[in-house]
Amino acid sequence: MLKDKDRIFQNLYNDLGSDVISSQKRGDWVDTKELFKKGREWIINEIKESQLRGRGGAGFPTGLKWSFAPKEVGSRPHYLVINGDESEPGTCKDRDILRFEPHKLIEGCLIASYAVQAHVCYIYIRGEYFIDGQKLQAAINEAYEKRLIGKNAAGTGWDLDIYIHYGAGAYICGEETALLESIEGKKGQPRLKPPFPALIGLYGCPTIINNVETIAVVPTILRRGGKWFASLGREKNTGTKIFCISGNVNNPCNVEEEMNISLKELIEIHAGGVIGGWENLQAVIPGGSSMPLIPKDKCETLTMDFDSLVAEKSGLGTAGIVVINKDQDIIRCMARIARFYKHESCGQCTPCREGSGWMWRMLERMAKGEASKDEVDMLGDVTKQIEGHTICAFGEGSSWPVQGLLRHFKDEIKKRNKFDPIVKENKNIPYLVDQHLLDKNA
Amino acid sequence: MSLRRPAKNQPENFEFNSSSLEAAKTIVAKYPNGKQQSAVMALLYIAQKQNDNWIPLAAMKYIAKFLDMPYIKVYEVATFYSMYNLSPVGKYFIQVCTTTPCMIRGAYKLVEACKEKISQNESELSKDKICSWMEVECLGACVNAPMMQINDDYYEDLDKEKTLGILDKILKGEKPQPGSYRGRTSNEPENNRKTLMDLKNA
Repeated sequence: MLKDKDRIFQNLYNDLGSDVISSQKRGDWVDTKELFKKGREWIINEIKESQLRGRGGAGFPTGLKWSFAPKEVGSRPHYLVINGDESEPGTCKDRDILRFEPHKLIEGCLIASYAVQAHVCYIYIRGEYFIDGQKLQAAINEAYEKRLIGKNAAGTGWDLDIYIHYGAGAYICGEETALLESIEGKKGQPRLKPPFPALIGLYGCPTIINNVETIAVVPTILRRGGKWFASLGREKNTGTKIFCISGNVNNPCNVEEEMNISLKELIEIHAGGVIGGWENLQAVIPGGSSMPLIPKDKCETLTMDFDSLVAEKSGLGTAGIVVINKDQDIIRCMARIARFYKHESCGQCTPCREGSGWMWRMLERMAKGEASKDEVDMLGDVTKQIEGHTICAFGEGSSWPVQGLLRHFKDEIKKRNKFDPIVKENKNIPYLVDQHLLDKNA
Repeated sequence: MSLRRPAKNQPENFEFNSSSLEAAKTIVAKYPNGKQQSAVMALLYIAQKQNDNWIPLAAMKYIAKFLDMPYIKVYEVATFYSMYNLSPVGKYFIQVCTTTPCMIRGAYKLVEACKEKISQNESELSKDKICSWMEVECLGACVNAPMMQINDDYYEDLDKEKTLGILDKILKGEKPQPGSYRGRTSNEPENNRKTLMDLKNA
């Protein structure tokens, strides 16, 4: 288990208070000026050395992302945007940072905006987190009062204004370009990339977008050194991460742990074990709903980091672990996730808009045992038609969980759906043929 | 995508009252000159708050003029985002999260409670017209599942009994205490905390 002194979010459970005075006692805002004196290059290099990867789901190296910002500020100002549109089912880590560790985030914003030469920072918070957003706003107001942000922020000579922008219940706005559209006051539909936001982003200006957790760990990394952060976890999967463990466990919780911790340790030690015992475990969704589930036999030895989960054909995503035990109907669980994606598709790309609903309808029927045998393969086919054929990663997000279900629970679906229509003798008929034509031939 | 349509009965006029107007002006100032369109989402919230929790078409037209942008752009935004109510909802607007992490911990029991106490169908006003409920997608409090949101407040760690109690209070016109209904003040593992123990005992 990670030592307490190596935990970045000391106030994750709000033992100490989230106001600026208590934050300063924990080390926030102490000698921020000194960090600035070491220069922009040093900050970016230190983050590169720490091998910090973005905590929002994709795991892109943060230092590299910052270095994409133009070196000189031209006619267009730079912007820093913080993504707090946490909507991935199973994930609730950013909420705790917003309400219990707001000053880590604000100080991180100041350092990051200096590194990418931005004077304005927008924090995008999902509309449902209104109360938590108000807590962050109170912390921002405190920081203005103490001159920690604003003109000559914290005595560093850098000017920074931070504004909160509330979303309004669209999951897709967690996608970085959809988020920019949303801040510009449009529908949150993702943009084509390239051009990447680092060059043409908010209002057509260079913009760096980072997750709340990524930015909140930056000040601590700089204080304790990139080497310290890199010494935790393993190569390319370094540092600590807040894991959210929900679902059928005895004590659902958020806990900050080292990367590469074993899944069993997280569930058994921190979350108090699976309801009904480890033997009652059916499957685990390891990284928020868009990551494929992992069946019990692999959970024994699984370690939680970006690369080892990719090796299992899943992903760390946002590290929202959803534990599903044997009392649950796994097909129904996945059908509900498919309904989520059907509801949240922005409607821009046809494969996703139509396919997400199609997958949902098929899964609902499969959960009831009303689907035909050939539909099982058809479902796999539909997921392949969506994956990779959309503007943003939502297409993958909606099809991967279904693929995960098919990979590990195909037998269960087939056992339940034995209905075999006309297709038996005439297997070559493609399913896209109109049904009334089929009837005539039959 | 979700299907969203404006209500049939629409008021003819809408105007910000003085406090809304002030709030709107501070919000527009957050964005660069000429980019006032960015404020449209926040202004729709203000309109929704002022107009008993829903946004009439007249308000969209008013906001379009206010921000000097085409009406259709405001309409697009209002119909795209699911938190803007386009038809009247109750003064107490209850949203029950039923996405998988909540579902497997019994979110549909909460739905049953809503059906018993408020109305048989979603988005239907209760008999006394002060309350309505709907199922929503993940509200981002998965370790506090099952949970629901009433207006701005989260009610967490619920079960059917507790939900019935909360709904009773609301129907009586009282405001129930928001937060966890198992007494949690944070997302620590209940009675099983293994980390940061020095701070807990300090």
